[in-house]
Amino acid sequence: MLTVLLLFVLICGSTGGEIAISHGAKKTGEPKRMRPRELLVFIGQVMSNGWFLLGIPLMAASFFALLILFSWHPLSFVIPISALSYVVGALGAKYLLKEEVNTARWVGVLLVCAGVALVAAG
Amino acid sequence: MASEKRLRIKTLIMVLAMVVCAVTGDLLLKRGMSEAGAVEFTGAGLGHTLVHTATSGMIWLGILFLLGFMASQMTVMSWADYSYVMPAGAFGYALQTFFAVVVLHEVVSTKRWIGVFLISIGVVLVGQTKPRTTECAEQVAEKAAASC
Repeated sequence: MLTVLLLFVLICGSTGGEIAISHGAKKTGEPKRMRPRELLVFIGQVMSNGWFLLGIPLMAASFFALLILFSWHPLSFVIPISALSYVVGALGAKYLLKEEVNTARWVGVLLVCAGVALVAAG
Repeated sequence: MASEKRLRIKTLIMVLAMVVCAVTGDLLLKRGMSEAGAVEFTGAGLGHTLVHTATSGMIWLGILFLLGFMASQMTVMSWADYSYVMPAGAFGYALQTFFAVVVLHEVVSTKRWIGVFLISIGVVLVGQTKPRTTECAEQVAEKAAASC
């Protein structure tokens, strides 16, 4: 039961954190030019954004869940299941970020998910 | 049409930077930690590991690459869809396998090769879709100004 809970924290924490950071980066707006100074200013702006500050604890919770799961179960069990985060991420992008996830993108996401699971198991 | 092509090219460059930084960073951390030997969970063991990690150039370089990964990920997500960047970034698994065979001369199982094949097809499929399907911050601001 605790393993299921930790897997939930692992998957939802990492995708939730990335979705929050992605939303924060979009709210900031893309850097005007790809120069080191502009990029540093942009990163500073994203890091002071509330969405970034929400994303970091979510990702930290996911990281600690991963460490605990690694101490209980083999890598070949944890990583293939964590590949589900690609599907959860696509769902989050569609319903939370209102992105247009068409059939080609769904098929791509499912293939990547299966591929990552196989690479980790192999 | 030209702006669509420009968007696709700059997204591809940033995703590539993201993948290369993540794979190189992981590889350097792995090398750096292997040099320290297995971590012993005793006071002396943890102290030795801490000193090693703090003084290892390999580990600092690995951290620098991982910071580069984070910066490029944040930058690309400021204009591209999360559902585009996230699966495209999985190409790192294919690159890692390539490095494992070519640089480290590791033997890779059939299961892993099938996984790499599926990831590559998936990344190509996602790559065919539009990198951005939502409005960017500038477009939202322009619309708000026009409605005033």
